[in-house]
Amino acid sequence: MTPRFQKILFVVLFVSSVAMTAVLVRLRERAHDRLLQGDQTQGTSAPAVAPLEEVTMMVADDMTSTLAPETIALPLPDEPQARARSLLNRLLSQYSNAHSMHPLPTTTNPVEAVFLMPLSKTAPSHAGSVRDAAQSEDRIAIVNLSNPFAALHPSGLETETLTVLSICATLHANLPQVTEVRFLVGGEQQATLHGHADLTQTYLTAASAAASGAQP
Amino acid sequence: MAASLSAGCGVGAAAQTAAQTAAPSETLPLRHFTVVLDAAHGGNDPGAWLGAGDSPSPETQSAMAEKAVTLAMSQRLRALLVARGFTVIETRQSDVALDEDARATVANHAQAGACIVLHATEAGSGVHLFVSSLSPAQPQLLLPWKTAQATRVAESLKLGGTLNSALSTAGRDGESSLAIPTTLGRTTLPGIDSMTCPAVAVEVAPLRENAHGGTGKVTSAVDDADYQTRVLNALAAALLAWRSEAAAP
Repeated sequence: MTPRFQKILFVVLFVSSVAMTAVLVRLRERAHDRLLQGDQTQGTSAPAVAPLEEVTMMVADDMTSTLAPETIALPLPDEPQARARSLLNRLLSQYSNAHSMHPLPTTTNPVEAVFLMPLSKTAPSHAGSVRDAAQSEDRIAIVNLSNPFAALHPSGLETETLTVLSICATLHANLPQVTEVRFLVGGEQQATLHGHADLTQTYLTAASAAASGAQP
Repeated sequence: MAASLSAGCGVGAAAQTAAQTAAPSETLPLRHFTVVLDAAHGGNDPGAWLGAGDSPSPETQSAMAEKAVTLAMSQRLRALLVARGFTVIETRQSDVALDEDARATVANHAQAGACIVLHATEAGSGVHLFVSSLSPAQPQLLLPWKTAQATRVAESLKLGGTLNSALSTAGRDGESSLAIPTTLGRTTLPGIDSMTCPAVAVEVAPLRENAHGGTGKVTSAVDDADYQTRVLNALAAALLAWRSEAAAP
């Protein structure tokens, strides 16, 4: 036999549960209404963007195996890493245009991230090396390419090399503090881009202007 | 048409560690002039997929693996060179996998007068020549394995120039329109960087119309027998000239 006080407690709890459910459903409906009302009254002005800046893209040409500078205007973020990523994504996306001289398949965000890190120019054992590293403006850029970009990239010594050099030279042209570049694919080190161009090495951008066959 | 390839980035010296060592080779007498032919890829590494349009894939019926094309070219070039009195060593004579160190080991043991690494691609047009981007270095008794080529880079550049010249003038009966478009560039090449012979990577691409856009219509595919013959004859002629230069006092 169930005691009477337990019956009363069960009824009270049951009624409370029903009441709370009703309140929650009503609150949800009101929140939904507020959201829809907000959508309808939201301003239609364009979001604020960074001003256009002139940048230099070092564009590859498979027919002549050269890089040619191309100046365009782009809105770029202020933060250097985001800036480098935007630059490289813009560079690689233009290779998927119909009349590109260095045709690459279309991929979304071929560069997932660019990390800029200070370069230590002195051996760690040297006195003052920490201070030297901190004061140096030279940076190494770690370019993290996406897996689909590497997988879909045409396979070949020349085409892969031109892609790598184009990235290095474009970074050098727009971010002079970047003197070295290393590559990752999908966040991990990969031996080659697609079977040919070596991605295990550190690439020096400082020598690019003098050593390149870039067309003025 | 010859053009210089941009060498936009050099290889960081920091990455050039000395894990192994290799002894430099000396210039050899004419009768012992050895050429090493390295057909790139092989085994479970097919390389590029060729001959199936601009987006080849293994699923495409007409696609050919780069490893098969390079092996076929290596065997044809071997025959041409043997007929001209060369001693020829191939890094592989069948569809086997070889890593870059094994290829360099074969080349270094051969003490070759020239090492030719054969590649093939669908991208670009003509023949692309590549020499190691290592900075020249003085010969030493013991060389860092990963940068052994540094002592022979100057000779490799000369060999690249000789190949470039022969390919650029490879038109039949002196017809300039039939010359093979050739580019000469420098890049980091793990296999070649460990070789102690004058070494050049030769990448054969289809011949394309000189149209705007990097995908001009293909006029001669990589597996076109006539085109391959022209390329390989030009390479053989260049190596003959290179041997004569090496033999000159």
